Amino acid sequence: MIIRPARARGQSDRLPAPVQLLALVAVAFFALPFIGLLWRMPWGSVWSIIADDAVGTALWLSIRTSLAATALAVTFGVPLAWLLARVAFAGRGAVRALCLLSMVLPPVVGGVVLFFSFGRRGLFGQYLDRWFDVQLPFTIWGVIVAQTFVSMPFLVITVEAALRQVDQRYEDAARTLGGSRWYVFRRVTLPAIRPALIAGAVLAWARALGEFGATITFAGNFPGTTQTMPLATYLALETDPQSALVLSLVLVAISFGVLVSLRERWLGGFGPVSA
Amino acid sequence: MSLQAAIGVRLPGFDLDVELHVEPGEVLAVLGPNGAGKTTLLRSITGLTPLDRGRLVVDGTALDDPELDLFVPVDERPIGMVFQSYLLFDHLSAADNVAFGLRARGMKKAIANERSIDWLGRVGLAELANARPRDLSGGQAQRVALARALATEPRVLLLDEPLAALDVQTRREVRRDLRDHLASFDGMRLLVTHDPIDAYALANRVAILDEGRLVQSGTIAEVTAHPRSRYVAELVGTNLVSGIVEHGTMTTDSGARVVAADAPDGRSFAVIRPQAVVLSSAHAGASDGTASSARNTWPCTVSDIDILGDRARVSVVGVLPLTAEVTVESVESLGLRPGDDVQATVKATDIETYPA
Repeated sequence: MIIRPARARGQSDRLPAPVQLLALVAVAFFALPFIGLLWRMPWGSVWSIIADDAVGTALWLSIRTSLAATALAVTFGVPLAWLLARVAFAGRGAVRALCLLSMVLPPVVGGVVLFFSFGRRGLFGQYLDRWFDVQLPFTIWGVIVAQTFVSMPFLVITVEAALRQVDQRYEDAARTLGGSRWYVFRRVTLPAIRPALIAGAVLAWARALGEFGATITFAGNFPGTTQTMPLATYLALETDPQSALVLSLVLVAISFGVLVSLRERWLGGFGPVSA
Repeated sequence: MSLQAAIGVRLPGFDLDVELHVEPGEVLAVLGPNGAGKTTLLRSITGLTPLDRGRLVVDGTALDDPELDLFVPVDERPIGMVFQSYLLFDHLSAADNVAFGLRARGMKKAIANERSIDWLGRVGLAELANARPRDLSGGQAQRVALARALATEPRVLLLDEPLAALDVQTRREVRRDLRDHLASFDGMRLLVTHDPIDAYALANRVAILDEGRLVQSGTIAEVTAHPRSRYVAELVGTNLVSGIVEHGTMTTDSGARVVAADAPDGRSFAVIRPQAVVLSSAHAGASDGTASSARNTWPCTVSDIDILGDRARVSVVGVLPLTAEVTVESVESLGLRPGDDVQATVKATDIETYPA
């Protein structure tokens, strides 16, 4: 899946010139916006803006909700991936498409469908309200639901692909040694798909952290309860562009840091390989 | 107290229908070509492939009986298996691999580790307890796999092509070790292999599997002496002809006449050992059969020559296709080449016949 780059790249490994050129254009395409961001950054007031209560609140809310959404995505997504990868049932293709739909939908549409099903007057939401006194819209729970809704497919699709690639003979061997299905999954399958699980969880977390459309549609935009970093950034752009820049910088720094630090872990992954 | 298996498994394009039994202390080798159903047979005994019909009983307890809707899950069967490529878990040390089955059964970690080290000691690998499977040689990996399968103290041990993953040099050494280790296990042992040498070295009894059916079974001496199919004969490296005997002369299915000493009348098999076949030039004086005491002479054409050390196996075709084993010197002095016409001669007393 993830290819380890050759350590010593000899002359013979050199790519054709057009490929190199196009690759460099791609790198520049990704690098230039961030250079622009750094260039416009009001460096003198960065610290005071970050220390501002409103920013801290939004950041703290984003971290909590995105981690909660990731935890939910792993809790429900891994069993879902297991089901989709290993159980041949009628309509599996349709179920898979349904579960991955929110990945390709415009997020705002995701927010709309959530609102009309789990909103206070929604088909199911009215019973959540009436029977359990649970209201999702305009609460932190609504943020988490919206983020989980759009981020779980990234985990499911990654883990399902890994489960399909696992050499099932190792699971067979573990079964003959007396391992129950659950024990074998924990001790043999999970270690084998660990790199994909981590990659999927990171993708889901990044998607949850950046979630905007579904959140603002379903959960609203209340500072302290539903105003996450992306929402705060967007609103700041209209009122206070300088803090929008700083908020962006914070999101960029966190995401970049996580991607760089986890990269080594994905590559350091392992799995049973054929003897 | 034994393994009794009537295995009926239907897979797409393949049907396995086999009945066999293994007594405690016995090693049964199931010998057959690739695709004969050997691995499916083992998988059905472990429960990885459920039976479609038949019945599997170990020590008087039914483990699989589709008619009674009875099926004991894989992880609850007293059956251990050594897989063809060993399938050691690469993320666990050798000791943790061996402890896997004990831990899966809920044994405390400390006790399981102690037992696992003990098992590794029995297969002579105590010092490699912390090694990762990828750092083990093929022979060591096989011993770890064996210790892992035996650590849970199964009643039945299954081995799938235990030597196929090894290179030729280590195979002989590992085969000898494996025989010793198998001897120390008192349960029922069943191994499948495509290599008759493994069967000879490791098993008391052999069953020949071909296209999902058992074609012959018995002690190795019986099967070697009296093969009952072309496949078995090829496997044990001898020539088998079948035909009808009248007054001591067999007329083979291909129309050749074979004179054999003491041949019983009726449908029979005749075994002609390759070493008993004498090849001579087609123009030698023996062509009329009078200049020799040998009663059988067939004209034929060399189709293939295989040199094995100082011996050559020469395949001839004609009215009676045969394989002859002669010295390389003879091949050279006769100047044999594929396509040459020769005569094959066999003494009647060198041909053993038995009823089909």
